[in-house]
Amino acid sequence: MAAGAASGGSATTDTYKEARTWLLLPAWVTLAILVLAPVIMMLIYSFLTKEFRGGVIWEFSLAAYDQFFFDRGLFGDDPAKIEWTYITIFWRSIWQAGAATLLSLVIGFPTAYFIATRSENMRPVWVFLITIPYWVNLLIRTVSMKFLLRDQGPLNDFLMNIGLIDSPLHIVNTNFAVQLGLFYSYLPFMVLPIYAAVERYNFALSEAAADLYASKWTTLRRVLLPAVKPGVFAGCILVFVPSMGSFLAPDLLGGAKNFMIGSLIEEQFKGNAGNWPFGAAASMILLTMVLIILMFSTRQQAKADKAGG
Amino acid sequence: MSDKENIAIDVRDAVKRYGDFTALKTISLSIMDNEFFTLLGPSGCGKTTLLRMIAGFEAVTEGAIYLYGDEIENLPPNKRPVNTVFQNYALFPHMTILDNVAFGLEMRGKSKSEARKKAAEMLELVQLSQFSARKPSQLSGGQQQRVALARALAPQPKVLLLDEPLSALDLKLRKAMQLELKHLQRETGITFIFVTHDQEEALTMSDRIAVMSAGEMQQLGSPTDIYERPHNMFVADFIGETNLLEVSVDGITSGRATCHLGGGHELTCNAVEGVDVGSKVHMSIRPERLYMSDAPLETESLKGRVKENIFVGTDITTIVDLQDGPDFVVRTSNSDRGNKRIFEPGTEMFVNMELGAGRLLVD
Repeated sequence: MAAGAASGGSATTDTYKEARTWLLLPAWVTLAILVLAPVIMMLIYSFLTKEFRGGVIWEFSLAAYDQFFFDRGLFGDDPAKIEWTYITIFWRSIWQAGAATLLSLVIGFPTAYFIATRSENMRPVWVFLITIPYWVNLLIRTVSMKFLLRDQGPLNDFLMNIGLIDSPLHIVNTNFAVQLGLFYSYLPFMVLPIYAAVERYNFALSEAAADLYASKWTTLRRVLLPAVKPGVFAGCILVFVPSMGSFLAPDLLGGAKNFMIGSLIEEQFKGNAGNWPFGAAASMILLTMVLIILMFSTRQQAKADKAGG
Repeated sequence: MSDKENIAIDVRDAVKRYGDFTALKTISLSIMDNEFFTLLGPSGCGKTTLLRMIAGFEAVTEGAIYLYGDEIENLPPNKRPVNTVFQNYALFPHMTILDNVAFGLEMRGKSKSEARKKAAEMLELVQLSQFSARKPSQLSGGQQQRVALARALAPQPKVLLLDEPLSALDLKLRKAMQLELKHLQRETGITFIFVTHDQEEALTMSDRIAVMSAGEMQQLGSPTDIYERPHNMFVADFIGETNLLEVSVDGITSGRATCHLGGGHELTCNAVEGVDVGSKVHMSIRPERLYMSDAPLETESLKGRVKENIFVGTDITTIVDLQDGPDFVVRTSNSDRGNKRIFEPGTEMFVNMELGAGRLLVD
């Protein structure tokens, strides 16, 4: 197309430009409806006044944000103190998502490496196998996991039968269960980008490193990892971001004690007890946090690249 | 000097099999200390496999490999004091040129500053000092090639392995690098094992050449040996251009073999071990060993007719139709045109050769 535009003179270029505008229109409309509109709606709702049985009253208010950050006592007339409840939930979400991301990386990287080093016609088969569990609905998979992990579940039965433990391990309703659930939900998002990066990797580089007296571990650290870093980075973001806002795994596997931000938001829109402006405000804060983390890590990545690994 | 000091790489009955496929059939060869040794052959002949076995990237199915007397075939590549220049250089893309060259030194236990200092010296040797802070992608092919060379030489390997390192360069650069490599080998005194499919490259640079085909070694010898005295059809045909004639050996007396070829032509040449009276074999005659005249000379002369003259710059190739015999290719150097005659197409003339020019081949 570019060649045609160059050789065909200005008439062709103009036609091409016009065509491009029209051809891109569906994409812009889709983006506007599915991304821009919801975010704007959420932003507006977060500044409205709550209606007690759900919904909003169209009156400007900062109450939602105020409630998130400040505690003004039962009747709202005490001096403002920092409200730790929601900040704690946020903090927990960050580190739960971080732990899940780390777990996915530790398991996902060798998996991706394994697939990328199979013969060319076996690779699609392995990728296909990785995706099979994801044909089943996430809710069903998460509930099944709860059954597998509970005190009288198959996992504890098995471990007790082989004599590894005497009494059941309490896994359900712990942070660990939540991390396990998040890890299981988002593992392919870690595996696939890393797989794509390792597949493009020039394995002669590993040979060159070994030839120059590097051990396997050093080769991994100094040659392979820097080369596939963009894939690792993409995988981490793709697991971390949805983990932050996830509510299924924390709800079903974590119980009330291990409440995460996703559940908090979900609560605000459920039944009559909700608080729509507060839910919208929490969503906006989550969105802002994620954007800040992304911007920060992207900048770090760019800086590391510039410094030359 | 004992063998331990004298022989750099000793390959003993090495075999490489991939499942049912045999890539290398029982190869034995000794590469001497301080030698520029070339493995030459067409693609798929097993030359790269043998090099990779010496480097440690391929396991040896059977047999043994010794490096200055030490058995190494079971050591991983990072435990073998040999370094490789890879075909596409395999420079670390995320490291600077300096860090690429320093890598091997650092891995051998040098401190970072010491390694960098030594690497800078190596870059000076290959005249790339001004590029030390750049990344490999910012260098041209020829420069990358020299970085790869500096990187492999920096840890002072006992043997340097070069896997078709010049194949990605254009002709002019390749010629320059051939000489540079040869000089570098003489200066450093390191044994070089060079893999190539380019016979001219092999002849230019090597002390000795092993010609390989279909997983077997066809001939081992100096460039002159291989060019002047090819052992069999494959070597004669693969190295340089040649006239291959089917001949019958009529008699052998005092080291001379009398042969005849189609059309009743007779030729005498040196006898070769393994070719007996009565056998039908091939004879190889290099085109530049032939010359033309309008009357038969006292040497071996064959009557023929000029079919075509082809001008190829440095010389002129004449295709001669031998009556009732095969076509002959005669090459006359452009600088020889004063002494040697060129005939117009269609002219009848005689093709002459010295007694030793024809070489009988073991099939």
